[in-house]
Amino acid sequence: MIRTRGLRKVYPTATALHGIDLDVREGELFAYLGPNGAGKTTTIRLLTGLAMPTSGSMRIAGHDMASDTVRAKMSCGVSPQAVNLDRELSAAQNLDIHGRMYGMVPADRKERMDRLLRRTGVLERAHEPVERLSGGYQRRVLIARALMHRPMVLFLDEPTVGLDPSIRRDIWSLVREIREEGTTIFLTTHYIEEAEHLADRVALLREGRIVDVGTPEALRDGLGRWAVDENGDGRTTTYFATREEAAASCAAAGGGLTLRRVTLEDAYLQRTGERIQ
Amino acid sequence: MSVQASPTRGPLAGSGAVFWREMLLLRKRSRRYVASMAVSPLLYMTAFAYAVGRGVEVDGRPYAAFLIPGLAAMSAMMQSFSIGSEINVARFYWKVFEEFQCAPMTDLAYALGEVAAGAVRGLLAVLVIILVGLPFGIVLHYGPWFWLAAALNSIAFSSLGTGLAMIVRGHQDQMLLQTFVITPMAFLGGTFFPVDRLPSWLGTIIDLLPLTHAARAMREAAFGQTPPAMSMAVLGASALIFFMLAHRVVRKARD
Repeated sequence: MIRTRGLRKVYPTATALHGIDLDVREGELFAYLGPNGAGKTTTIRLLTGLAMPTSGSMRIAGHDMASDTVRAKMSCGVSPQAVNLDRELSAAQNLDIHGRMYGMVPADRKERMDRLLRRTGVLERAHEPVERLSGGYQRRVLIARALMHRPMVLFLDEPTVGLDPSIRRDIWSLVREIREEGTTIFLTTHYIEEAEHLADRVALLREGRIVDVGTPEALRDGLGRWAVDENGDGRTTTYFATREEAAASCAAAGGGLTLRRVTLEDAYLQRTGERIQ
Repeated sequence: MSVQASPTRGPLAGSGAVFWREMLLLRKRSRRYVASMAVSPLLYMTAFAYAVGRGVEVDGRPYAAFLIPGLAAMSAMMQSFSIGSEINVARFYWKVFEEFQCAPMTDLAYALGEVAAGAVRGLLAVLVIILVGLPFGIVLHYGPWFWLAAALNSIAFSSLGTGLAMIVRGHQDQMLLQTFVITPMAFLGGTFFPVDRLPSWLGTIIDLLPLTHAARAMREAAFGQTPPAMSMAVLGASALIFFMLAHRVVRKARD
């Protein structure tokens, strides 16, 4: 559904992406995990036509972004990291403008808008100016707007950044529902938990390069299931295949250790020597 | 399974959405806008037409009657050019511009939508000036030639504002454009005084400004005359050239 080859983006002061090869399958939720500045947003900006690549190719739903831009863009829905809604206008007006932009006829716009606003829980406040809505509601409106024209691929750039944990879980539920309907989702995040909860596959990104791709389980299981941290600096971690082995190690040390499950953060740390958060 | 929307789209598809968005915002802010369109002309009328120009005639007409069409041309220029400020805020502050860039819309469609919206603001400003003139007893001839000149003037400066908004790199640049391009033109472009009273070398330079021709054409039309063909031609050419510029530079806004 998304395919890139040798995708590079060079800015005057830095190289943001060093030749990314991506293959995102139809219907999967693909998470792009890395710390701030790793190149996540740059990748989304290239894939959605907001920026031009220095070199490399991109295909969305089989359409080449360079030579078949209109069809490629028609296949994409984008929920950006920054809330870029018209804040003086209502959620309904924002969605209506989007539908007009994508050539939807009035009856279809109305039907789709009502459905999406109801589904995202915004219907009752659909006619209030967006600036009066909370951050969580605004994020829902962004996702509804991105889905308005029935895209095949939904790009979610840090969809829960700045939201409190309960709202974050609501957004996760919404994202899962969208995925279950068959929409391919490309999600960037620097929240480990988010990628672990939602993703079918995860790409680990560091300084503009993909260091590994796999299911969350596969990425974690290379290390073992359980981890023991030395509490001093929190950076020395030993991995074990079973809980019993890990617990025995803790007992032998006589305290000062923490037993926990292995996370994608461990996988990232092992492959890059750095932490995500 | 998601269904892909129809990919059969012409080069202007989406321009209506851009225009509609600007109209919704215009309606939302209409009181503020109309008030801002009326304040400066009211002050100019009070200060120049009544305090300074009372009893003064220009080409056999009261100075107030001379001033109103010039103010209409100037106000249309300023209001239509200010679409650039709206784009600037949408681009750099609210990031709404990225929504347009993600859309399957040509640069031409985007430019057309914004320019048309800017032109509507310009024409609305002209209407406000006409209404401002009424309490001062100024009723002129606002026929098709007047509105055609006003429309060309508005399209020209809306196009210029749209184009320059694509080139600037921030709010500061936008302010500089206002200071160095629009304000001098507003004061020298035949709004407040007849250009033919200036020294010939200065008059020649000022004759190159589109606003000079807008003021001349709208003034002639408001006095019931046919506007000079040269002025209408300059306005038409300016509108076309500036629109082509706006279309060409939309892609520059991409990083």
